[in-house]
Amino acid sequence: MPFGEGATALSSATLYDKVWALHQVAELPSGSTQLFIGLHLIHEVTSPQAFAALKDLGLSVRHPERTVATVDHIVPTTSQARPFADPLAEEMLTTLERNCQENGISMNALGSGRQGIVHVMAPELGLTQPGMTVVCGDSHTSTHGAFGAIAFGIGTSQVRDVLASQSLTMNKLKVRRLWVEGRLRPGVYAKDLVLHIIRTLGVKGGVGHAYEFAGPAIEALSMEERMTICNMAIEGGARCGYVNPDATTFAYLKGRPYAPAGDAWERAVQWWQSLASGADAVFDDEVRFDAAAIAPTVTWGITPGQGIGVDEAVPTLEQTPEEDRPLAQEAYRYMDLQPGQQIAGVPVDVCFIGSCTNGRLSDLRAAAEVAVGRQVADGIKAFVVPGSEQVAAAAEAEGLDAVFKAAGFEWREPGCSMCLAMNPDRLEGRQISASSSNRNFKGRQGSASGRTLLMSPAMVAAAAVAGEVTDVRTILPA
Amino acid sequence: MTSAPFPTGSIDGVRGRAVVLRGNDIDTDRIIPARFLKCVTFEGLGAQVFADDRSEQQGQHPLDRTEHQGASVLVVNRNFGCGSSREHAPQALLRWGIRAVIGESFAEIFFGNCLALGIPCLQASTTTISAIQAAAEAAPASELTIDLNPAGAELEGQRWELMLASDAQKMLTSGQWDATRQLLQHDQQLKATAARLPYINGFAAG
Repeated sequence: MPFGEGATALSSATLYDKVWALHQVAELPSGSTQLFIGLHLIHEVTSPQAFAALKDLGLSVRHPERTVATVDHIVPTTSQARPFADPLAEEMLTTLERNCQENGISMNALGSGRQGIVHVMAPELGLTQPGMTVVCGDSHTSTHGAFGAIAFGIGTSQVRDVLASQSLTMNKLKVRRLWVEGRLRPGVYAKDLVLHIIRTLGVKGGVGHAYEFAGPAIEALSMEERMTICNMAIEGGARCGYVNPDATTFAYLKGRPYAPAGDAWERAVQWWQSLASGADAVFDDEVRFDAAAIAPTVTWGITPGQGIGVDEAVPTLEQTPEEDRPLAQEAYRYMDLQPGQQIAGVPVDVCFIGSCTNGRLSDLRAAAEVAVGRQVADGIKAFVVPGSEQVAAAAEAEGLDAVFKAAGFEWREPGCSMCLAMNPDRLEGRQISASSSNRNFKGRQGSASGRTLLMSPAMVAAAAVAGEVTDVRTILPA
Repeated sequence: MTSAPFPTGSIDGVRGRAVVLRGNDIDTDRIIPARFLKCVTFEGLGAQVFADDRSEQQGQHPLDRTEHQGASVLVVNRNFGCGSSREHAPQALLRWGIRAVIGESFAEIFFGNCLALGIPCLQASTTTISAIQAAAEAAPASELTIDLNPAGAELEGQRWELMLASDAQKMLTSGQWDATRQLLQHDQQLKATAARLPYINGFAAG
């Protein structure tokens, strides 16, 4: 039997099993699988060396029509006029533009109306669809799993392989179901849920696994919220995370530029529905959570797993498993936080709302709900960076930019901004930021001693107006 | 920093002095801070590996100690290379001189990126890693010998069993760790796979 045939008939198969089987090209002599890639997203940071390697090998791009580019990491968010002030950034963008042009690859350029952070851009254009395999030279590619795609980050050598062959070498992962009961309470968001999951299972808990997010709390989430959850699967060590496609998925996709239309739409929905994990799907293991028990969650340390509820204190060494104690001690020192200290009330210097985790319209709405009629506290630098040109336009159309500006936030141009230190937005010295991004690693936000507290966009807005970490539930109308 | 040749062909083992880097969950932002990713080639990355950690430790970082210059085996702890998918991280280690990494566990993308460059990442239990780290620190001038099949390491007469995923072991020892050509050999299967995926032709009828 050829690879993949018959897989969809099994009610014991997971979505991961079915999509994997359909995309298996061959078994390689090493025992690994050659996996076909349905959508390859590229950006300026991890692709130039891949194109250069391809040229060295005398190879061309096999499926330029299945490869889509944008620019996000290095773009300034104040002025995006060309040439950029930073000659290295300009060279990276010029190189990407040339590579796309030479190879017939579609590029969503600055000012096109479609540029954005790669993991915001592809879903909103309808490029990301259920049942696809999606890769990008970026670990947060797991975001696209929100659609029921199998999506994961790759390195530059694999970018080269996918450009050359539209496939790569992979090993099948185990599948862990994360079943979330109940509903998130008011003031608690998808970001809090995923920070809570990572806090519980650890930053390496998901290594070797795909995470299937399921259960009533997940089904109740919007597509943008599902993207936030899947985006951070990698922070829990899971290279990909996904949600089974359902009516919410289809409603989001319908009418988007790259989504199927007309008769094809009906056929697509039928196929997508057939891919969801069967009623008797067998998982390698399962972990259960109760959404209603989760509080707004904030990281206090230097990995995304070092998180606590906003009403909790920084854990003491005694409360920390022995193997995690050296990291906890390193985190106390680096963050200048004391074990046993309440996280609420910790003063912040910079407040950043944006990123591929939380730079979508619903994120900006949640932050604006907190900011409206309030003022950023004295001495705080607060700024909002929409995840894409489409998000920016939609937010401006409903006046969110005006709300933020009136409250004292800066309203910026789209890009990765201060999530990582590849553009002018960065922390200085020992500054501490409240950030809606995804990583609180040492030095992540551009200063070797800069400090990051991860939280939801609404919590960042609350920190901005209070000048310190604050439970957003005390600010929002009851 | 090294001028040693990069890996090519079949890799059965690695021999070289070891440098110990302790700590769990060392992420790729620490291995190569993002500001050094502003480049269109990997060439200059060797000097920048662990730049911020090294600057903070003012010459006392293991990679800066005199006795570790020219070392080619890195011995680490748990979940090494987590975070960003940047291949710049193993590229920087490679260009500094690292040809093999031994640790308790590795983040998956980092492991795969290393494999694509011909850098084996071998695993052992916490206890074994502690023993290797202690032995390597006690004898920084001695060479450690790593075999990939069966996976093991030897230093000054002490031997430890290591683990290496079987596919990685086969790819490295057969010299087929650089996958591009191998993937292209399956032209017919690639076409057949694309043909059975309805989204490839936009869910066209029939």
